[in-house]
Amino acid sequence: MGLTGLFLICFLVVHAGINACMWFNDGGKTFTFYAHFMGTNFIVHFIEAGLFAGLLLHIVDGLLLWKQNRDARPVKYAYSNPGANSTWYSRSMGILGSLLLIFLIIHLKDFWGPNRLNQIMTGEERNTFEMMQEEFSNIFVVILYCCACFALFWHLLHGFQSAFQSLGLNNVKYNKVIEVAGTVFAIVVPFIFALMPISMYFKLVH
Amino acid sequence: MSTLNSKIPEGPLAEKWSNYKEHAKLVNPANKRKLEVIVVGTGLAGAAAAASLAELGYSVKAFCFQDSPRRAHSIAAQGGINAAKNYKNDGDSVFRLFYDTIKGGDFRAREGNVYRLADVSRNIIDQCVAQGVPFARDYGGLLDNRSFGGSQVSRTFYARGQTGQQLLLGAYGALERQIGLGNVQMYSRHEMVEVVTIEGKARGIIARNLITGELERYFGHAVLLCTGGYGNVFFLSTNAMGSNATAVWKAHKKGAYFGNPCFTQIHPTCIPVTGDYQSKLTLMSESLRNDGRVWVPKSKEDAKAIREGKKTAADIKEDDRDYYLERKYPSFGNLCPRDIASRAAKEACDDGRGIVPSGLGVFLDFADSIKRLGIDVVKARYGELFPMYQNITNEDPLKTPMKIYPAVHYTMGGLWVDYELMTTVPGLYCLGEANFSDHGANRLGASALMQGLADGYFVIPYTVGNYLSTEIFVKPIPTDHPAFVEAENDAKERAEKLINTKGKKTVDDFHKELGKIMWEKCGMARTAEGLTEARKQLQQLRKEFWSDVNVPGTLNEFNPEFDKASRVADFLELGELMVIDALNRNESCGGHFREEYQEGGEAKRDDENYRYVAAWEFKGVEADPVLHKEELVFENIQLQVRSYK
Amino acid sequence: MKYNLKVWRQKNSKSEGKLVDYTIDSINPDMSFLEMLDVLNDNLVRKGEDPIAFDHDCREGICGMCSLHISGRAHGPQHAATTCQLYMRSFKDGGTIYIEPWRAKSFPVIKDLVTDRSAFDRIIAAGGFVSVNTGQAQDANNLPIEQAHAEKAMDAAACIGCGACVAACPNSAAMLFVSAKISQLALLPQGGPERNIRAINMVNQMDAEGFGNCTNIGACEAECPKEIKLTNIARMNREYLLASLINE
Repeated sequence: MGLTGLFLICFLVVHAGINACMWFNDGGKTFTFYAHFMGTNFIVHFIEAGLFAGLLLHIVDGLLLWKQNRDARPVKYAYSNPGANSTWYSRSMGILGSLLLIFLIIHLKDFWGPNRLNQIMTGEERNTFEMMQEEFSNIFVVILYCCACFALFWHLLHGFQSAFQSLGLNNVKYNKVIEVAGTVFAIVVPFIFALMPISMYFKLVH
Repeated sequence: MSTLNSKIPEGPLAEKWSNYKEHAKLVNPANKRKLEVIVVGTGLAGAAAAASLAELGYSVKAFCFQDSPRRAHSIAAQGGINAAKNYKNDGDSVFRLFYDTIKGGDFRAREGNVYRLADVSRNIIDQCVAQGVPFARDYGGLLDNRSFGGSQVSRTFYARGQTGQQLLLGAYGALERQIGLGNVQMYSRHEMVEVVTIEGKARGIIARNLITGELERYFGHAVLLCTGGYGNVFFLSTNAMGSNATAVWKAHKKGAYFGNPCFTQIHPTCIPVTGDYQSKLTLMSESLRNDGRVWVPKSKEDAKAIREGKKTAADIKEDDRDYYLERKYPSFGNLCPRDIASRAAKEACDDGRGIVPSGLGVFLDFADSIKRLGIDVVKARYGELFPMYQNITNEDPLKTPMKIYPAVHYTMGGLWVDYELMTTVPGLYCLGEANFSDHGANRLGASALMQGLADGYFVIPYTVGNYLSTEIFVKPIPTDHPAFVEAENDAKERAEKLINTKGKKTVDDFHKELGKIMWEKCGMARTAEGLTEARKQLQQLRKEFWSDVNVPGTLNEFNPEFDKASRVADFLELGELMVIDALNRNESCGGHFREEYQEGGEAKRDDENYRYVAAWEFKGVEADPVLHKEELVFENIQLQVRSYK
Repeated sequence: MKYNLKVWRQKNSKSEGKLVDYTIDSINPDMSFLEMLDVLNDNLVRKGEDPIAFDHDCREGICGMCSLHISGRAHGPQHAATTCQLYMRSFKDGGTIYIEPWRAKSFPVIKDLVTDRSAFDRIIAAGGFVSVNTGQAQDANNLPIEQAHAEKAMDAAACIGCGACVAACPNSAAMLFVSAKISQLALLPQGGPERNIRAINMVNQMDAEGFGNCTNIGACEAECPKEIKLTNIARMNREYLLASLINE
């Protein structure tokens, strides 16, 4: 879980980084340059396959955990007060993850899918920048994306630190660093992602 | 009256044990596998014995009434364990530990046994450290020591305020290792209810499976009882709720003599009783007396004002305080032995200077140490003891002095055993607190852990071999042997009688009543008159118990209330024996203080007439027990008035 | 003080259980929680009813025998305390208190509030020890141990094996318990020779017992009466991962 989680976190950095290029406000030139690179470079394609495998592993692993953990307590407590000893989002990684998965499917269907399909059919890439402009003119889509960013925020807030803990990369001396880094990461990355549809919607990017 | 043979080996004191080991008979490894040993109880003595014997190759069955061997009450020992390592270079030696122990026990223990105990104490520390017991260490990484009551050297090894826990978990680990290897069969939630003897030898036990209620039969070539003390006779004590005397009492009824039953240790530093509902008393480690000063106000008026809440400890000026231990025993001060500190507290309270509403409490003050060492050092030294106190009493001992009072803590008496730890029943051994032990009439702090582990790790592996070497031709006896059937029937009959009484009073009613009689008349101070009266009361109470006790539920289920009743039934009989023994011993020594025998407020021992172990033979519940005396011979030390002044 | 209690009653491991209501009156705030149950049981016995079975022994917070999930929390609302160290002053007069057994597949109920925690013993038997037979030890001071390490080992060794970590964990994971022992022995040189095999065997046994998996929620740490830290779990993960990588 931790290993695949960290792998996906790395992906998030790249994804957020490239998306942030749109704020150059050069009509998506820089953005498209990198998007093109990501869309055509064969090493990237190779990594992309790895990414899907990682994601799949993360999901399967998560489902297995969920099942084993559910089975470990066949009779539930009649009365429980978990708020007294832990945060709700740390207990809700499965739900947050499922929400993210639903969003991811929509998201892939919106951008990655049509683009790749086009590539296969015609050998041509589509202009993702324009696709974004079109998608994000719809307020409901923007809201959906913002909600997903919230889910991502909670997921990361627990997941980032948790990954280090699971891998045993935990040391009293550096725990604070991991904790702060995790929190900052959990805020910054979803924030960047959320800004995109918002700034597109308000036509701040052109 | 027969003479008991304690089987002390020949030779000079320091060589007795090595002499014994060199000449003890051995069992070859192939035969060990065929020999079965039953170990009842998994505290320090039991777990250590079961693990060590299994390591040697014996086939071991271990029993405990708790849900896991790790729960045994040894776990609650706080302060530490003594060992004559002399790591402090402060003049300690095996002889000095031996001497302190004999003197601390008011010259009522066997020289040979105690010397052996002091000798192997050093191996215990080595063994425990090797097991990964995290003893306290100094900055150089070497083992740290502290001092304890009754000694002038620092020889107490400790793991914060949880030494007993750490030592037990070490022994438990060793035991679990043997369980994992298949050398020990562990039976938890099982209580021994009968010893089975065949042709005079112990050959097994009947145990009650506490989950199903079933009586089960187990064969062993030898049976080891490591079942702890019987302090719960007093109802309120520092013992765990489940600590009981059933195993030793059943053994006693099957012929094992009971040694010095009246020797009870009242621990001076416990949290005072506050109400009737109280189920147990909590001990505050004796180690606190290293840095705490015991006092009461000099005047009764001040004490009264404190009791009524009109004044607090802080209102009493230094000059108006009576640091009575320092005053009476200047050379040992607050670190005088337990029996003496307890009695001094009782005297102060009897004098009307107690400082808790009930009148039964004194202060234990850390203000000076905090001033001297700083609050952090004091806090670090006593780990969780302060929070524990604060949690129970709602008062912070770093700000206001602790309130303490003596409570029943340990029983020096127990089944009589010889040098080999064998009782008067061949093949039946008794280890740890359960035997009448090496502590004489009073145990020094941090010596219980030492004795339990010495017996289990370093004594029994040799002595049991000496006996079993003669048993190698005995094939395991099938448990349908008439002796097993009979023992089981006895247990069953008793249980049925108990459950079918269906009286009006609860088990606790009787237990509390028993405790009250014992505490008042066979507690810190005893008189012939009180004891005589107590005996009558106990007989009456016992009769009432068997006709009016109400035990709910049935026998074939998990029934803790029945388990309790069955234990109290035994306590009621044992209580009487304690009273008989106390009445017999017309002297004051150690934990046994007869008001008639004192000199200037100090205990007056009678070495001429009572320099013996009183070993009692059971003759029937209603019949008087028969006294056997084991004369104590002191060849290496001079008997003297035990002075800590 | 007066309380409404909702107590889990279950005849034995095979029967179904349910919450049963009891009211209890004239409770002293200085009573411990278990003494309150003693009073309740005393009332029940006098009325001819079956008393409530619950595990307890030392009543000073060290034996680990007492359990109880009280008003939604393992060992009740007080921090760093076992049920026997919990006092009635922690509860509001007239309030309702839920009392349930530890809930986990690996801790089956024996009766009422009593569960079978022998899974913990089997995990220790799988490797929670140093293999040193009696008499094999060298002198205790031959091997100095850095004080800080000894202290950390002691922090971990303070575990009382009560099972509150499992009870509090939404996943019923036993990682805090297992990691406390692995940590203690990994921090001491005496534990060195068996370090790898210990981590593997204990973790495998833990999984075989059917405990859940750790998702680093931290409820165990928050409810542990002995304040065993999550860092132990990280250390165990490290020990286990390294051991798995190099174990042949």
